[in-house]
Amino acid sequence: MSETLILTRRWPKNDPSLAGYRADGGYAALDKALGMPPAAIVDEVKASNLRGRGGAGFPTGMKWTFLPKDVRPRYLCINADESEPGTFKDRYICEYDPHLLVEGIAIACFALDIHLAYIYIRGEFAKQARALEKALEEAYAAGILGPKLGGKADFALDVHVVRGAGAYICGEESALMESVEGKKGYPRFKPPFPAIVGLWGKPTIINNVETLANVPWIVTNGGAAFAALGAGKTGGTRLFGVSGNVKRPGVYEKPAGYNLKKLILEDCGGTASGRPVKAVIPGGSSSPVLRGDEIDVSLEPDAIKAAGTMSGSGGVIVMDDSVCMVRALARIAMFYAEESCGQCTPCRQGTPWMWKILEKIERGEGTMDDLKLIEQLPGNIMGQTICALGDAAAMPVQSFVKKFRQEFVDHVEGRGCKHGQTAWGVSRQAREAWVGGNRHPAR
Amino acid sequence: MSHHDHAETERGPQDIAELPKDKVARFDAALPEILRRYPADHKEAAMLAALRRAQEIFGWLSPAAQKLVADRLGAPATRAEEVATFYVMYHTRPVGRHVVEVCTNVSCSLAGGFDLFENLKAQLGVENGGTTKDGRITLRQVECLGSCGTAPAMLVDEEMYESLTPQSVEKILGGLK
Repeated sequence: MSETLILTRRWPKNDPSLAGYRADGGYAALDKALGMPPAAIVDEVKASNLRGRGGAGFPTGMKWTFLPKDVRPRYLCINADESEPGTFKDRYICEYDPHLLVEGIAIACFALDIHLAYIYIRGEFAKQARALEKALEEAYAAGILGPKLGGKADFALDVHVVRGAGAYICGEESALMESVEGKKGYPRFKPPFPAIVGLWGKPTIINNVETLANVPWIVTNGGAAFAALGAGKTGGTRLFGVSGNVKRPGVYEKPAGYNLKKLILEDCGGTASGRPVKAVIPGGSSSPVLRGDEIDVSLEPDAIKAAGTMSGSGGVIVMDDSVCMVRALARIAMFYAEESCGQCTPCRQGTPWMWKILEKIERGEGTMDDLKLIEQLPGNIMGQTICALGDAAAMPVQSFVKKFRQEFVDHVEGRGCKHGQTAWGVSRQAREAWVGGNRHPAR
Repeated sequence: MSHHDHAETERGPQDIAELPKDKVARFDAALPEILRRYPADHKEAAMLAALRRAQEIFGWLSPAAQKLVADRLGAPATRAEEVATFYVMYHTRPVGRHVVEVCTNVSCSLAGGFDLFENLKAQLGVENGGTTKDGRITLRQVECLGSCGTAPAMLVDEEMYESLTPQSVEKILGGLK
């Protein structure tokens, strides 16, 4: 059975141009949308069960309805900050099919009466920022953007690319708005939520790149058709980025309810080493880890939640049985220590503390008291911070120690890591990647 | 190590008047293109983009360069400083002619990113954040670059290089003068 591809359909062509996009039917959805009452577009998105693809999975249509009716201007921010370790999907939409995103933005803005939108892209994505700038230039030149949306509507829309400068926290929606405002990325207290008080104090919708890239298909085919592709309360397909010890890492577009084990063993060809899967981080480094024997699970957010974890940003990291779990977790803890913005004490102080204890255990200098401490600390950060970074730092620590506790005990009792120089596993090399139908050979 | 030496010996220009006039003129000429993206009453929003441009022109964000950006956006100097020191892509200390940034996060290290970073440290004779004695390369370890499927990855002067092998890294570094 051939699978429906919404997001990766045009990637193998490697043609991001406006002409190429139009030749494949691009911007027909915008034309259709401009003939619809804006509220009908919102209704289709609600019916589609489209959920945010940045990690939180909030229903997009519902988010859109939170805008107060009588406050103008309103803004749209597109979150292209993609920085959650293990996540690498939005960048390819920007590289291979930027007009799909631009069309999604245009439709969303028309539906929500928004006339100014900012694509906030992480600073490290220079190539992707250039691809978006080029697409916007083409769209302006063709009269799609600017004073007359889609070349005909009495509706002005400006879209700009804004580049970050290296800060994971700016993927958090309120920190993102601070950054667009030209400030350091300190998350804001919520409520009020951005839909009420957002960019420059005005109602603002923040949607992820992949989320908006689905909107043209929903307008063309209807919300019900999109909902039918998914599972449970999650409509459509999703981009899953698989990395780590697999034969064919890459980005795979699959129905939202796809099976994690199938994705790893069949689509990605299993482990590159041929060794058993030991651990899988299913949805970016913040998501609780699964043991190799727990991966026969649907990636649909509600289904995988029942398994005690989340499919978050769709970033799947696979580790075979030659990888040291203490080594891997210490590196994850370092990430959160580096990226904590410093605003809340539990996170600012707790994240480096967890990192140091884990490094100590990995070096063979840890005690059973340290192990006790590392089991307690995450609970003292969870729920104690303004934004979700504190929780994101705590969840991997809790889950790794719980699921691989014996390995931590062995480090303490054996006074060191038995993996020695191969703590990162035995197959440490670049591999051929498979990105939405495009081969990326290791050079 | 070596970046501390730099910091002690080179505090950099402190005031706008100490900056080279031609470079200040280049910065001023670049501003309108940056400012046009923001509502006229929110000029300060251009802070990130303006600092990036200043860094490209002056090489790094000295106190004087930070003051210049703040001055042109009608903001206090401390606003430029807090942004320049918050984001890792801004250099508030002098750097080498090239900046090499290696990802050592989980997916990259599973594909050899950590080994790559350790080898580069040894080969270049620098620690994390250090600059080679000839001022050619500043090396540092960075967080996930969003290239997990094509790991390991690094940035060289802010451009991404992916699916790295020891051979490809040698070639890329050999091209840096």
